[in-house]
Amino acid sequence: MANFLDVHAISKHFGGVVALRDVDLSLRAGEVHCLVGENGSGKSTLIKIISGVLRPEPGGRIVIEGREYPHLNPVQSTACGIQVIYQDLSLFPNLTVAENISIAGHLGAPRLVNWRALRATAEAAMARIGASLDPDARVEDLSIANRQLVAICRAMAADARLVIMDEPTASLTRHEVDALVRLVADLKRAGICIVFVSHRLDEVMEIAERVTVLRDGAKVGEFPAREMDDKKLATLMTGKAFAYQTYATDFAASRTVLSVSRLTRTGQYQDISLDIRAGEIVGLTGLLGSGRTEFALSLFGMNRPTSGEIRLDGKPLALKTNAQAIEEGIAYVSEDRLNLGLVLEQPISSNILVTVLDKLPNRLGLVPERTRQRTARKWIEDLAIKAPNPDSAVRTLSGGNQQRVVLAKWMATQPKLLILDSPTVGVDIAAKDGIYEVVRALAAKGVAILLISDEIPEVFYHAHRVLVMRRGRLAGECIPHASSEEKLQAMVDA
Amino acid sequence: MLSATPRPALAPALLRFRRSHEFWLLAVILALSLALSLATDSFLTLQNLFDLLTSNAFVGILASGLLVVLIAGGIDISFTATASVAQYVALTIGIRHGLGWFALFALAGAVGVLCGLINAIFITKLRISSIIVSIATLNIFYGLLIVATGGKYITSLPKFFRDGISWFEHDDANGVPYALNLQILVLVLAFVAAWLLLNRTNVGRQIYALGGNKDAAQRLGFHVLRLNILVYGYLGFVAGIASLVQAQLAQSVTPTVLVGKELDVLAAVVLGGASLTGGVGTVFGAILGVALLAILQNGLVLVGVSSYWNQWFVGLTILCAVSITAWSDRRRRAAKAIN
Amino acid sequence: MLSLVLLALVGIFWLLLGDQIFGIGALQSMAFQLPELGILSLAMMVTLLSGGLNLSIIATANLCALTMAWVLTTHVPGAHGLMWGGWQVIALLAGVAVAATIGLINGFVIAYLGVSPILATLGTMTMCKGLSIGMTRGNVISGFPEPIVFLGNGTLLGVPVALLIFLALCVPMAVLLNKSPFGHKVYMIGSSEKATRYSGVDTKRVLLGVYVLSSLLAFVAALVMMARFNSANAAYGESYLLVTILAAVLGGVDPFGGFGKVGGLIMALILLQVISSAFNLLDFSPFLTLAIWGALIIAVTALGVVLENFGASRR
Repeated sequence: MANFLDVHAISKHFGGVVALRDVDLSLRAGEVHCLVGENGSGKSTLIKIISGVLRPEPGGRIVIEGREYPHLNPVQSTACGIQVIYQDLSLFPNLTVAENISIAGHLGAPRLVNWRALRATAEAAMARIGASLDPDARVEDLSIANRQLVAICRAMAADARLVIMDEPTASLTRHEVDALVRLVADLKRAGICIVFVSHRLDEVMEIAERVTVLRDGAKVGEFPAREMDDKKLATLMTGKAFAYQTYATDFAASRTVLSVSRLTRTGQYQDISLDIRAGEIVGLTGLLGSGRTEFALSLFGMNRPTSGEIRLDGKPLALKTNAQAIEEGIAYVSEDRLNLGLVLEQPISSNILVTVLDKLPNRLGLVPERTRQRTARKWIEDLAIKAPNPDSAVRTLSGGNQQRVVLAKWMATQPKLLILDSPTVGVDIAAKDGIYEVVRALAAKGVAILLISDEIPEVFYHAHRVLVMRRGRLAGECIPHASSEEKLQAMVDA
Repeated sequence: MLSATPRPALAPALLRFRRSHEFWLLAVILALSLALSLATDSFLTLQNLFDLLTSNAFVGILASGLLVVLIAGGIDISFTATASVAQYVALTIGIRHGLGWFALFALAGAVGVLCGLINAIFITKLRISSIIVSIATLNIFYGLLIVATGGKYITSLPKFFRDGISWFEHDDANGVPYALNLQILVLVLAFVAAWLLLNRTNVGRQIYALGGNKDAAQRLGFHVLRLNILVYGYLGFVAGIASLVQAQLAQSVTPTVLVGKELDVLAAVVLGGASLTGGVGTVFGAILGVALLAILQNGLVLVGVSSYWNQWFVGLTILCAVSITAWSDRRRRAAKAIN
Repeated sequence: MLSLVLLALVGIFWLLLGDQIFGIGALQSMAFQLPELGILSLAMMVTLLSGGLNLSIIATANLCALTMAWVLTTHVPGAHGLMWGGWQVIALLAGVAVAATIGLINGFVIAYLGVSPILATLGTMTMCKGLSIGMTRGNVISGFPEPIVFLGNGTLLGVPVALLIFLALCVPMAVLLNKSPFGHKVYMIGSSEKATRYSGVDTKRVLLGVYVLSSLLAFVAALVMMARFNSANAAYGESYLLVTILAAVLGGVDPFGGFGKVGGLIMALILLQVISSAFNLLDFSPFLTLAIWGALIIAVTALGVVLENFGASRR
């Protein structure tokens, strides 16, 4: 089978930073290919060069179906049939499904809109992939999975030959992922090449053929997908070998910090009962849509349950606000670090202190600058945050360091229960370990930890017990030390 | 599998309308009109409604232009200053050189476009919010106009202009003549033009897209700078046209009298459902917004409320309307979050 | 950088106008005019810091002034002794009550209902102006008792009382913003209300406080204004709205929220006052001054963008 696209010796510099170094990539028509790499590995730069948004350094070549180009622009790239579906989908929420799908038809010289043709194009694209969406529905009213369908239809309507999808399964339920995989199989049969940019291979492994791994701007290698698993991938992406071990500790003697009985919120989760003891790390996993974050927010006072009881250190809690939860000793690290976890534009010190602003004032009700600096510096040291200047914006830190700032601010509240929701999303694999160390140290001090995550290895290797949630209910428990990753995965997928 | 229907079924479309902002607005207007027609005899007369249309034409025409800017995600409150400048320049030159209808409107429109372009460039290139830029340009245009003209009126307008137009004359039962005048004609044209632009041209759809998701628009290859220049230029053009319509009604050019009305226009468009964040708003909604404010103020006068209280009622209406809209938006979003 | 500009302008104006602008009389005159603008700018600044905007400050000030004026002109003239002072106090309290009410409305609608600050304050601005016009039919209320007039026109050791009031406000404002938990919360909310809320801060209450504070500052401005003019009217000071925004932006307040200091604002105000007085002496029409203010906002922000790009390209 001929190659649809080949790139040779592609490099890219941004000022003094080398984003890509002599990278080759080959994509065959009708293939499902995975492109993996950490933040900073150059994979997004490579995608942008292929889609024509960026130009490679002179010397690189792009060959599409035999035709050679030194570089592309977005118009050429689209004309060659290259379509990128970004993680945020780049849809227009205020427009209808039909209009979003046929949006490319609006480009170009000013003219009247042919609504009939627009609708026909949209319906044809939907028919091609078997999607049955209401063409007149507003995109903002659709679920994420349906929005993804719209994005794919849009690519189809533009006669895509190569579809690049950035982290497509991140927000999908198992059901929806299955549907996506079936769709990809159809596209494959039609001769369209699909590239997944992701490191979550579990779902797409079934259908992917080859994996290209990038690290630090260079290509590490190209491997058959069936030889890959998460650990090998992690090693290839980071160049380091990780020791994986499970923990075995008996908590029968420790006090029960959190006790939840039959907690229910209609429409979100039902009948959840669990206990967490001091020093215990309890993992909570399950597919998207299983109600984990909603449950966590209920513990944090931001999502009032319909019935059931929450007890902290034996005391029943009726939480109305998150401030109340914090006061009682519950802290919540949100999964959306950039929008909910941190105020990116403000200084590191301000971010660390925001949770304890009402605790710092002196007798006059004011917070002296010295106190601020001292407190901030203490936490920066305690958590080994690499921040030369505590007054620079948190935005300037790396993902791992940013997450340490988040942990610092919550540790400052001296919580009894710390809820971590996908705490290492967007953090480089090498930095993840550092975060887990902090969490383990916290547990050793007696804090109860609820670790919520999508990633099986994350909960398997860092929790003492793992609970599985499915469609709002607790579906099972797994003791990592006495079980295997595969068994846990099976519980989740069941 | 989908069946290929040539147009949407009627029932879902009606259902969508029933839940829309415009439906509620229409209901309020009808209720208000009903109340007024019961409270006073002078409301539901042809004369009153005709006067209503004529006297609110200026605001209405401007609303049709501002709607486009709001949909694109921008905001501009300098258009009354633009209108003042266009009015003065067009009529001064027009009188001196004996220009006719077409030339006058073309000139006013051109001046308006120029002012709009200045706004567009500042708004797209500067890192401050567009409302602050337009507050600044409002004062620049207005200040320079008054300095250059000394605030003088122009009262000796050419006869053809003062006579205006009077098409399809028709006498009612009492022998009072009615005809399509300049104000109503341009008002209708303005709304039709806006509707065509927004619903029938690809450029108009690009404007909606830009307002809905600016980043996506950029990624898809929309020319964001060009679109911004277009919308602010369009508003400027409309302001120029509106200024002549107003001058004809007032039978004079007073440079100081237009500025101050910009917030009335903004209120009308927002009442009509346009959002300050962009991507939302319809011509029908804007028409209803203008209508509501017009009927409200008219009603107050007819019912005998002193005109000094007019502004307070308008302010109260605005505050209530935006509060209700925001609150129902919040409820809708909360309801969605549960599912 | 602002101080350099100030120095340069001072130099230019001194060359052009010499004693006229920097003599004692002129300085005093500036010192009388600055406080109104200054207090109103503080009112605008605090809402800008929180990520919003308060278009209603002038209308609020006028309504407060009219309320106070009404009490002062209807109840004070006939009163004697203790009541004479008492009624003046009541007038002030009435003004505070009006301001607080408007602030609460603004804050509630913006923080608890989620209305955009532009629209909400547009609504209250129109309502306040409407109320003012409705009550006075556009007329002026004038003739206030001595103590009030003294606030606007008197001096203490050569320094105008009004200026002392302004400076006396700046200190607690600076302390509030920089050192109090409330102040820190305002800055955080200005940059991201959502993230601040998820950190346990009651953002709604803070925003309510911001708009109430803004209105209370408008009340003080009202007092100073009506004292200086010895009269109150529904339409005073409307051109100030632009200038307060200009002063804030010039003084380093980020129009999107989260950054800005009182010190910067004061420098900007001094600069603007010097320019304004110079324009006055040079016989500039007030409309020309307005146009120049507008141009200045554009120029200052354009300069900021240019510097940013220049710095970025050098890296």
